[in-house]
Amino acid sequence: MQVAAAKETIFKINDLNLWYDDFHALKDVNLEALNNEIFAIIGPSGCGKSTFIKTLNLMINMEPGVRMTGEINYKEKNLLDSRVDLVDLRRKVGMIFQKGNPFPQSIYDNIVYGPKIHGIKKKSELDEIVETTLKDVALWDEVKDRLKTSAMGLSGGQQQRLCIARALATKPDVVLMDEPTSALDPISTLKIEELMTELKKKYCIVIVTHNMQQASRISDKTAFFLHGRVVETAETGKIFSNPEDKRTEDYISGRFG
Amino acid sequence: MNSRITDRIATGVFYTIAAIMVALLLYLFYFILSNGLPQVTWDFLTSPSSSYQAGGGIRDQLFNSLYILVITMIITVPLGVCGGIYMAEYAKPGKITNFIRTCIEMLASLPSIVVGLFGLLIFVNITGWGYTIIGGALALTIFNIPVMVRVTEDAIRSVPKEQKEASLALGITRWHTIKTVLLPYAFPGILTGAILASGRVFGEAAALLYTAGLSTPTLDYGNWNPFAENSPLNIFRPAETLAVHIWSVNTQGLIPDVREVANGASAVLVIAVLLFNILARWLGSVIHKKLTAGK
Ligand SMILES: Nc1ncnc2c1ncn2[C@@H]1O[C@H](COP(=O)(O)OP(=O)(O)OP(=O)(O)O)[C@@H](O)[C@H]1O
Ligand SMILES: [Mg+2]
Repeated sequence: MQVAAAKETIFKINDLNLWYDDFHALKDVNLEALNNEIFAIIGPSGCGKSTFIKTLNLMINMEPGVRMTGEINYKEKNLLDSRVDLVDLRRKVGMIFQKGNPFPQSIYDNIVYGPKIHGIKKKSELDEIVETTLKDVALWDEVKDRLKTSAMGLSGGQQQRLCIARALATKPDVVLMDEPTSALDPISTLKIEELMTELKKKYCIVIVTHNMQQASRISDKTAFFLHGRVVETAETGKIFSNPEDKRTEDYISGRFG
Repeated sequence: MNSRITDRIATGVFYTIAAIMVALLLYLFYFILSNGLPQVTWDFLTSPSSSYQAGGGIRDQLFNSLYILVITMIITVPLGVCGGIYMAEYAKPGKITNFIRTCIEMLASLPSIVVGLFGLLIFVNITGWGYTIIGGALALTIFNIPVMVRVTEDAIRSVPKEQKEASLALGITRWHTIKTVLLPYAFPGILTGAILASGRVFGEAAALLYTAGLSTPTLDYGNWNPFAENSPLNIFRPAETLAVHIWSVNTQGLIPDVREVANGASAVLVIAVLLFNILARWLGSVIHKKLTAGK
């Protein structure tokens, strides 16, 4: 293993500002997320975490009245100035939502939905994708005998892992996760955390979480957001043991938020 | 006043109103069916109407009603669904969209006799077609499209946001998302709406008086060539529908059994509309169950 090799920068955010109409939701955000790392975003409710993570695949454009300035560089391409191809971007930057949101179709169809539309027609190839992605998310053994049954019949944790598999099926570089385990029980949560540690070998992962233990357990870097600003960003170990800012310390020790 | 008592009074008032509505409806059905059903025989349904003698049936009128309904839906459903998709997915909130919405609502609330007279002007006189099935269907389209737009828009808006996000976040284009996620999910709602709208179209009289006309040529049900004069499928022939027939025998009928024919036809009409409603509910719930089924 080449420990010294520098990891590739996937996202570099420069002076990002975002407004919902007149409401200034993100203020001068500067961040950097590297490949093969888990980047955690923490902060109290309403501080702009979801808003921020949605800018990374421009899902934020779905909200009415959004305006942005600054730079969101994804692999050295600024998402805000060139006319980026949203379809291409979102294929490369997958997103997992707070609640598993499978389509009301079979497990198999959920996973091949993206690849099929993106042009993969061969049955053998699709089968292969289903098997590898389900194995990646450690769901294969649980569902391999009922791939053709409805995904709505899965448990919450299984649904969430299916959604991760569905996102992986389009072969992304990055996986964004907005509170992916907040609706899950501790065992499912643990499974997904293990999964993330596994996934970071291949992907860059950005995760929003309300769970301090989770952030400290799995992430490499952590950013603390407050009122739309990044108060502090550093190695996770440092943030949790020796934060520089008083507000960070207050938050992680549970004194507010 | 004691809020408990207010609550009781309010509850009582609502129950009473509901009871009055149900009673009224039941009485109406009882009245129409008890007068009409005895007239409804197989012979009544399958023989042509007569002009002067007793014993005429409603075969052609029943066929005309169904045929106009089908033609209207063939025109309305695609247009209405496209309009609904536009309103739900593409129209940006703002003045123009509000204006469009107001227009649609106005269209929906136009009195049908006005639509009929408008149809007379456009589809009968200006086009020079005379009274035709297609003219009637186009007139019905005018107030049916707003309903379909509304129904489709509501059905698409009621698709959970997560479903749409899930698809878009996978890098699926908007149009593809509409096709593969939104429309299938909204389908039961759209179907139910379409069937309910059908019930209304089926019972419509005023808009058809001056567009599809008050007469039907002698029809040969063995002739399926849609361009033949006496073919039931010809859309450029006049066609008196069931609802119009009820009106016309009542106001200008020369047959001695006016009452019997009108009552029988009314019963058939009411049963048909009732069937549309039941079908809509049943289909809607069946498909909904299928979509959201656990396993
Ligand atoms: N579509 C919107 N239009 C207007 N304001 C919005 C919109 N979405 C979010 N906001 C506002 O932006 C701020 C940040 O919201 P955001 O959802 O990013 O918070 P969050 O950090 O994810 O909170 P939580 O932890 O509760 O999920 C909040 O004050 C919120 O009210
Ligand atoms: Mg959030």
